[in-house]
This record gives sequence, structure tokens and C-alpha cells, in this order.
Amino acid sequence: MSIDRRSIVKVIAVGGALMGASVLMPRIALAAWSKEAFEAKEQTAAMKALLGSDALEESTEVNLKAPDIAENGAVVPITVVSTLSGVESMSIFVEGNPSPLSAEFIIPAGTQADVSTRVRMGKTTKVTAVVKANGKLYSASKEVKVTIGGCGG
Amino acid sequence: MANGILKVKAKTAGSATSVKMMAKHIMESGQRKDKKSGELIPALFLQNLVVKHADKVVFEANLGPSISKNPYFAFKFEGGASGDELVLTWTENSGKSGTETAAIK
Repeated sequence: MSIDRRSIVKVIAVGGALMGASVLMPRIALAAWSKEAFEAKEQTAAMKALLGSDALEESTEVNLKAPDIAENGAVVPITVVSTLSGVESMSIFVEGNPSPLSAEFIIPAGTQADVSTRVRMGKTTKVTAVVKANGKLYSASKEVKVTIGGCGG
Repeated sequence: MANGILKVKAKTAGSATSVKMMAKHIMESGQRKDKKSGELIPALFLQNLVVKHADKVVFEANLGPSISKNPYFAFKFEGGASGDELVLTWTENSGKSGTETAAIK
């Protein structure tokens, strides 16, 4: 079998370019993803890593919508709405999960503090929404009962 | 790059544009065991999602593996108009990423 030199050169060039792209691009895109926060096993540690503090102020201006009972822990709908001004980010923590931090949403100016998603819950536990506004942390929590856990399998 | 994992519905009503999106993704948690070998299946999940409108970031999400399979997100922003284009960029924890566009209805 003979492989001509030209095609080898081509393969190396294309492969090199792809590798370069896949190595460089995530670094730019992932600048904001906090590995420490997302891998933390304790909720307070995750909060400190993500937000720099775990000093939360319970606020009625943070509205966490979650079901009282989630029949299926694999899909638990969560909505966080805040009437606070100057909201910078909103994060969702599920205390009893292997890694409590589920998601962090960055809210730029012009975007409403109203975000919905669906999370997994391993067991009955407390869900906490943390809203960062004007450099301070405000929160709301709710206990959600889970009938079938959604983390293992 | 595998493109086309996002389904987007964006609609402008008054001054606000509501965006609902669903990504077709397994969101492997890293907690599940392979039933045959008993070994943990490595985590594979969407890590970051950025939505831009007219070159301005209107929504960014940093995600962990505890987001449900086929993740769903909804948010609202000001300043969108019918016919405008949204540019959505996702990144997987594997480093794989993709950019997709959607029009506002």
C-alpha cells in the first residue's frame, strides 16, 4: 500500500489546525466557568468559590418557584425571579446533590431577572436560589420532596 | 463539530423578548454506572451557553452536570425586535463547542 506524500501532509495540516482550535477555543469560552465551585461537595464551599461569600440575606424580592413534590428527580422545573434592581447573576444550589451548584446565570443589563430551567435532584432536599445584586447576596430556599432520585441509575 | 442541538423559540411582545430554548444533550452526570461493567460513565455535559443579540450578550449560563437531560432554559430581555437574529454558542465540558443562530418571531 502506498500513501502519497501530499495526502499525508494534508492530513497533518488539517489535524493540527483542528487540535489547535479545540485547545484554544474552550479556554476563551470557559473563562467564567468555575471548576472549583461546580465540583465542590459542600454547598457553602460552592457558594464561596462561586460568589466569594456564603453570607446570604433571605429576601422576599427573590422568588424561587419549584414544585413541593417532584415525582421524578431527573427533571425538576425551577424558576427564579427577582424584583431587585442591579441583578448581576442568579445561581441555583441543590443542597443534597453530590455537587450542590447546578447553574449560574449571568444577567446582563437589559435582561430581566427571570430565568427558568430544569435540574436533577438526587433526594429530598433544600433548593436555594442566590441572587447577586449590587454586590450583595440575596436568597430564597424551598424544600422539594423527591420520590424518585435523578442522579444515579 | 456537531451543530444543531438547540431548539429556540424567541418571541417579542411589547418591549421584552422571551426566549425559550432546549438543547438536545444527554447531560451525563458522572454519577451513573454502566450496567454491564459496573464502572462509572464519565461526565459529559454542557458547561456554558451564551446568547447574543446584536453582538451584545443577553444571557449566559454556566452549568453543572446536575442540569436535566435535554436542558431547558427560558429568559427575557429588552431590545429585541421581530426578525432579529440571536447567536447561541454552547460549550461542552469535553471542549466541544458550537454556534447556532435563531430568528426572533
